[in-house]
Amino acid sequence: MRAMTYRGPYDIRVEEKDIPRIEHPNDAIVRVTTAAICGSDLHLYHGLMPDTRVGSTFGHEFVGVVHEVGPSVRDLAVGDRVMVPFNIYCGTCFFCARGLYSNCHNVNPNATAAGGIYGYSHTTGGYDGGQAEYVRVPFADVGPAIVPDWMDEEDAVLCTDALATGYFGAQLADIAEGDVVVVFGAGPVGLFAARSAWLMGAGRVIVVDHVEDRLAKARSFAHAETYDFTRHKDIVVELKRATGMLGADRVIDAVGAEADGNLLQHVTGTRLKLQGGSPIALNWAIDTARKGGTLSVMGVYGPVPTAVRFGDAMNKGLTLRANQTPVKRQWPRLFEHMRNGYLKPNDVVTHRIPLEHIAEGYHMFSAKLDGCIKPLVVPGTA
Amino acid sequence: MPYTADKPPLPETPQQLRDRIPGWGADLDPADRPAVPREVRDPATGAHWDLPEQQEERRPRERSIEHARLTPVFGTAAPTRGLSGVIRRFSYRRFGEGRTVRWLLLIAADRVDAVEGRLTSSRGSRAEAAVTGTEPHRGPSSTPRRPRPRRSPLGRALTVGSWILAGVLAGRAVRRMAGRRAGR
Ligand SMILES: NC(=O)c1ccc[n+]([C@@H]2O[C@H](COP(=O)([O-])OP(=O)(O)OC[C@H]3O[C@@H](n4cnc5c(N)ncnc54)[C@H](O)[C@@H]3O)[C@@H](O)[C@H]2O)c1
Ligand SMILES: [Zn+2]
Ligand SMILES: [Zn+2]
Repeated sequence: MRAMTYRGPYDIRVEEKDIPRIEHPNDAIVRVTTAAICGSDLHLYHGLMPDTRVGSTFGHEFVGVVHEVGPSVRDLAVGDRVMVPFNIYCGTCFFCARGLYSNCHNVNPNATAAGGIYGYSHTTGGYDGGQAEYVRVPFADVGPAIVPDWMDEEDAVLCTDALATGYFGAQLADIAEGDVVVVFGAGPVGLFAARSAWLMGAGRVIVVDHVEDRLAKARSFAHAETYDFTRHKDIVVELKRATGMLGADRVIDAVGAEADGNLLQHVTGTRLKLQGGSPIALNWAIDTARKGGTLSVMGVYGPVPTAVRFGDAMNKGLTLRANQTPVKRQWPRLFEHMRNGYLKPNDVVTHRIPLEHIAEGYHMFSAKLDGCIKPLVVPGTA
Repeated sequence: MPYTADKPPLPETPQQLRDRIPGWGADLDPADRPAVPREVRDPATGAHWDLPEQQEERRPRERSIEHARLTPVFGTAAPTRGLSGVIRRFSYRRFGEGRTVRWLLLIAADRVDAVEGRLTSSRGSRAEAAVTGTEPHRGPSSTPRRPRPRRSPLGRALTVGSWILAGVLAGRAVRRMAGRRAGR
């Protein structure tokens, strides 16, 4: 089969690989029909996530058709069209039994701090991902769901991570009616978080980024006020002014490890890999929140320590909330919102790239060229 | 203003927001939010086991020392090999997840892996070329190499510097450990 293959930082190719095989009785093999590239994949692409191995395949957002099932699989059959949450999880460990699907203890031998994720380095379990023609899907009776008839293929792909994560991020912020919400990052996750904040009754939603196309999307798609942080000497002071010097009730970090905006942090965090990423946006978020406010962190950081302004967080009495999204828990309610027309996921899709050209796709998405916000990847078209 | 009790007024009333934004307030009640409360007991997950069956360990699988056992299911992508494999296995065997050196060693191994990969893939494709009479990395079955994104000499120097530093730190940790052992 053809599969995206990692060769080293900034170097990915499409290579010939064996079709994955059933390795556990509850495995399925899925033929991928549409996949996506996520901001999280950029952390791998740039060599930021420890134990990212040459020869591995990325991709944790995909939908496809069941190609083969293991002997214990009950709920899926060959030919079913399925959407697969980015989490790999067993359904019965201590954490799964409490609904913490993204924190499953039975799927990642390499680290207990992280759960299992498709195509996301050995730090999340060493699984190959879905930017390929076929992918192994463990616990086929737990993670995947049949794509509902009414759902568009592209919307389904966005449900496997970006939409669910934005929606989850807004929930972690504990938004109450009339709250002022600031979202750092206008990538897919930030856009969906901003859009979802309104569902929870936000009184004002402000999005911060420095890419004009994305800020425009934040205004049109997410109905938000926007700030380009490069136009202000000190974005935190600017946001304080915009909130009557109070700060925001709820702040969401939808940027993560590769934040721009401060040279020293960018160099030590992103370039030198001496930190688990550059904490600029996270620090801005801490300083933008009002005292007693809530900070929801969706941005991903590596396991190496990061220079976070924790003293401010403590003195301000912030509530910090964070996690990888337990995707499937979000689905029933998200699907209702989609059917009601409150959310239209594929509004953020800008590019559809044949798998054979995925290297260009990564470069474009990483460098934010050509107005790229969310690129999808389609196997078998070149 | 924060100097008195009142919150600064909002630019729009709830009714205005409801009219402007489809779905405004649909999840106002936390009971409608699927992630609230964070922990729920025994959700229906589709699992039909208490403990999943063990996936077969076809080759020795490295694992965190913070796990009591090999997890029932694990990924089998890119098994360890070469010098990078030696470093990775050492790091997993020796250090807990809270130790920075564990992660720095894994990052150093990633760089070694990339170099090893370059060496073996050029050897491999040369052999392939000899057999098939084709040039490596050209035919329709392989993507044309894209020019890599331009990186400034400064950026390059910084990146190389980071690898050297990671190496030095890792080396120091290993020496310290060896010293500790010898001193015992
Ligand atoms: N928690 C989860 O389950 C989960 C799931 C998916 C993605 N993520 C993470 O969420 C983050 C965003 O994902 P995405 O797909 O939207 O990525 P993305 O790269 O498309 O978006 C990030 C945006 O942040 C902007 N940005 C950079 N520095 C900034 C700064 N200092 N202040 C404000 N904005 C800044 C960038 O211009 C970009 O538009 C990533 O870290 C990703 O790994 C987390
Ligand atoms: Zn993702
Ligand atoms: Zn579990």
